[in-house]
Amino acid sequence: MTDATQTLAAETLATPAASALETMPLGRALNAGLRKAMQDDPRVLLLGEDIATLGGVFRVTEGLKAEFGVKRVIDTPLAESGIVGASIGLAMRGFRPVAEIQFDGFIFPGFDQITSQLAKLTARHEGSQAFPVVIRVPYGGHIGAVEHHQESPEAYFAHTPGLRLVSPSTPHDAYWMIQEAIKSDDPIMFFEPKSRYWPKGPVDFASAGVPLHASRVVRVGTEVTVVGHGAMVSVLLQAAEIAAEEGISIEVVDLRSLSPVDYGPLLESVRKTGRLVVAQEAPQNVSVGSEIAATVTEKAFYSLEAPVLRVSGYDTPFPPAKLESVFLPDADRVLEAVDRALAY
Amino acid sequence: MSSDAMGHGVRPTAESDPGAAPVQLLDTAGVLQVSDATAEFLPVIEALSDDTLRSFHRDMVLTRRFDDEAGNLQRQGQLALWVPSHGQEAAQVGSARATRPQDHLFPSYREHAVGMVRGIDPVDVVRLLRGNTHGGWDPAERQNFHLYTLVIGSQTLHATGYAMGVAIDGDYATGDPERDTAVITYFGDGATSQGDVNEAFIFAASFQTPQVFFLQNNQWAISVPVATQSRTPLYLRGTGFGIPSTQIDGNDVLASYAVTLRDMDAARAGGGPRFIEAMTYRIGAHTTSDDPTKYRTDDELQSWVARDPIVRFELFLRSRGESDAFFASIEEEANDLAEDVRKRTLALEKPDNDSMFRHVYSERHPRIDEQREWLSNYESSFGETS
Repeated sequence: MTDATQTLAAETLATPAASALETMPLGRALNAGLRKAMQDDPRVLLLGEDIATLGGVFRVTEGLKAEFGVKRVIDTPLAESGIVGASIGLAMRGFRPVAEIQFDGFIFPGFDQITSQLAKLTARHEGSQAFPVVIRVPYGGHIGAVEHHQESPEAYFAHTPGLRLVSPSTPHDAYWMIQEAIKSDDPIMFFEPKSRYWPKGPVDFASAGVPLHASRVVRVGTEVTVVGHGAMVSVLLQAAEIAAEEGISIEVVDLRSLSPVDYGPLLESVRKTGRLVVAQEAPQNVSVGSEIAATVTEKAFYSLEAPVLRVSGYDTPFPPAKLESVFLPDADRVLEAVDRALAY
Repeated sequence: MSSDAMGHGVRPTAESDPGAAPVQLLDTAGVLQVSDATAEFLPVIEALSDDTLRSFHRDMVLTRRFDDEAGNLQRQGQLALWVPSHGQEAAQVGSARATRPQDHLFPSYREHAVGMVRGIDPVDVVRLLRGNTHGGWDPAERQNFHLYTLVIGSQTLHATGYAMGVAIDGDYATGDPERDTAVITYFGDGATSQGDVNEAFIFAASFQTPQVFFLQNNQWAISVPVATQSRTPLYLRGTGFGIPSTQIDGNDVLASYAVTLRDMDAARAGGGPRFIEAMTYRIGAHTTSDDPTKYRTDDELQSWVARDPIVRFELFLRSRGESDAFFASIEEEANDLAEDVRKRTLALEKPDNDSMFRHVYSERHPRIDEQREWLSNYESSFGETS
């Protein structure tokens, strides 16, 4: 199947100098972005489980230990709270730590240090100390893995004041957004859609970059807006392609930032189409999609022709891999919601 | 573990020996203990000037008077809560006086004496417990005395990360006394059951960070005795992580000073982390919300009152010829401090609404901007409020 995300991403990029445009997987783009950030700022360092010698279980940090040494690419003991807590101390020392949590479902041993400490320390210090910590989290399904390896825990962190959450959907965005995240003086949760680590797409190394918190229309349409982030964006583009064959025009918005959400382009789109479907891999109850539905309803009520509809994972634990295709929203489930929205 | 690995000539037999008695340099009568067990520390004590010894007494007395006054202010409804340090002054003052200006100190929330040694304004602690702030001071302006941390044990990981940073920067083991830096973190017996503290031990041991873990074992984690936390003496936990560990009499300011000095020097010199367990007692309640008569006996309390750290050290100073006038002058200074704290506490004003939003993020954030503006407009909609 044609990878719609990559095709469209290529089309929407400004025409770059040929030499600055390379095609690579998202995982490699992150690797390049991390390398660039480390070259640009000697205070940037990486820490996490298996990230140095092995290069990370997804090889995102491959080669960086050889280039920057063990003081800047640190294999830690196997303890997530320790990784986050030590990152906080390193930030107090003036470093810009980039911590890797190996898998989404393993972030919870570090939850207290993230939510009770990292998220609150800027406020506790009343401006005397910034906490430029990036926590990279490979997340989401579609990889057929065992329990705790396919989850989407964004909502816990989006609910927490003091954190910023972003998630790139393309190699180009990944390359630029990881650098922006590292430059930010605030704690950033950087959610990496792990099923998108491998498909290739263009990266324009000479572009003006990608802002950290900027949603973006990735496919123009007129009748229904669909919005999502991370791996869901490619599902939404597939759905839009199928709908187009049936004569339905869908506009696709890539959130890119989950906290804060950049509502400008989204509201503009909804005011044009009058209908919104929010899609996400996470369970629905008290989710980022629920927050978006409420906010869009408040801010664009008179433009809406239908209630904002959500397409989510079910409110169950992430199921065993043989059922993941049932759990994860696919193009058909998105289109079912699009049909319901159009029926109002 | 070999003495080479520990480095710097520290005798392994003085540490981590399950049979060893806690290091004590002054007995409860204030008599300096001269023995093989104390021999390594006595030259350090003998080198202390009279003024330094006087400062130990002053630090302890001022902190206790401040502590009492703050407890009174809480009882009078001026503070939401108070966390008494009464009884733990020697452990805190001795260890804090063993630090150097460039060192970093990560407290829990009862380290008022440590903070005062490092120059915090006691009213800043009052502001925290009155409900005016969650922080209170800029650590960079308070000789690297970091903010209180209320979640038990969390700060030990921050200290360890900081110490990793010191090591990465190469600011240790250079031999330059102005540059070589160590980190000390304070925590209690209850905290030793927390995962974070154990992870901090593991990271510190793995990376051989320049830091000292300073445990004040005050015997009670609110109502739960230390026996419920551990079936072994807590200092042996450090040994299990490969961290040289020493148990001391925490009510002996000289033992606290001498052992912390040795261990901070070892850490600064590249000898890796150290662990000190200071045996002490919380004479007061856990906090002003607690009632210790429900869980501990008066006999136990009185046995620790008899080991009071200030009484012991005063006896020692008097045996060296310190005059009544000196002790009277410190009492007077303490009373002045208490009066000043009271006066400035009563003058504290409620923080402005906007402060709630001001530092949630370091960079602009649209949701914060939107909500602070909304609140401002909402407040304005009522017209003049005063």
